[in-house]
Amino acid sequence: MLFVPIIGGFFPFHIDFVRGAGLLVALSGALAAGPGLLKKGMADLRLALPVALIASACAIVGAMLGLALPAKVVNTALGATILGIVAIMFMAKKSEYPEVKQADALSTALRINGIYHEVSTGHEVNWKIHRTPQGLATFILIGVMAGMFGLGAGWANVPVLNLMMGAPLKVSVATSKFLLSITDTSAAWIYVNNGAVLPMMVVPSIIGIMMGSIVGVKILAKTKPAAVRYIVIVMLLFAGLRALLKGLGIWN
Amino acid sequence: MGKEVKATEEQVAYAKLLDVGMKAGLLALIATFVIYVMGILTPHVPVNDLPKYWAMPVKEYLEATNIHPGWSWLGMVGRGDFLNFIGIAFLAGVTILCYMRIIPILFRKKDSVYGIIAALEVLVLALAASGILRAGGH
Repeated sequence: MLFVPIIGGFFPFHIDFVRGAGLLVALSGALAAGPGLLKKGMADLRLALPVALIASACAIVGAMLGLALPAKVVNTALGATILGIVAIMFMAKKSEYPEVKQADALSTALRINGIYHEVSTGHEVNWKIHRTPQGLATFILIGVMAGMFGLGAGWANVPVLNLMMGAPLKVSVATSKFLLSITDTSAAWIYVNNGAVLPMMVVPSIIGIMMGSIVGVKILAKTKPAAVRYIVIVMLLFAGLRALLKGLGIWN
Repeated sequence: MGKEVKATEEQVAYAKLLDVGMKAGLLALIATFVIYVMGILTPHVPVNDLPKYWAMPVKEYLEATNIHPGWSWLGMVGRGDFLNFIGIAFLAGVTILCYMRIIPILFRKKDSVYGIIAALEVLVLALAASGILRAGGH
């Protein structure tokens, strides 16, 4: 989520290449995390597959729209979106175990439910979801935005899976990460096939993100979660404003 | 030791193939990038010239460098920069392979709805990868 607004805002690369690189960076991170999340049963394939089909198809549309639109329009929309994400991060609540009184008909028919072992409490958590049609419809918009802006869409996936559809927070976070590997695959191919990928930019970014993940985990263990949240919010706020002002021609 | 919740057969199969494919893709990406930056294979666009192009919209960049979009990079893998697309394409393609791996499992388990969803996803990703879909450019 940070890659596109920061690199696009403060480095000389055109936004087309930044979005192509952003998608491949998010894709690599999701691919690396996917096997572990699936094997542990944290990411749920039954929840992910229908969502991914909608999001990945719409990400293609978003990617094609993004490449067809002028850079100013994309930057303006990106800036507005990033500022919207900041607002969501400020206001959105999280629910460890949302109360789902009754699974809806669609999720029941698709047998989207599960059980996972919560290590912190030692309990097994049975979960089911509701509002599946509304959730799936929201992923149309999420897919388009992911493809258009080259953003990993975890910021949107998690609230929809957790708060709207009622999946437990850990299942939502893990399934969201896994979902990125599918959504970003379809959008990444559009950028690759349209020439918007510069290896000199993409490969060091992927290696840097992986190295940063290793170092970041060590720093994260010693840092207060609230501090990390505020750092991310401040960086996003600054990058979002930069993209918006760049798009509007005020700060080039 | 935490008790593990058993993942489904298709979930484990997907995870195993993804694990192998992801690692192979990343290794390919690193190896080809080393070849590129070491100058072992001459790049199509010289590294020193890149700053002239990376601020251009992609359409102008393709015209200025005489690069054809789509799968034409396959014919240029002998160039250091285009060699990197092997790893990039592998990473972007591994999800398609994972889906193809679970389709027979889902149909064997008579989970036809999910089998069809997985098959449709393969079609969507294959369409994206095909190069048929071209953006208009700006």
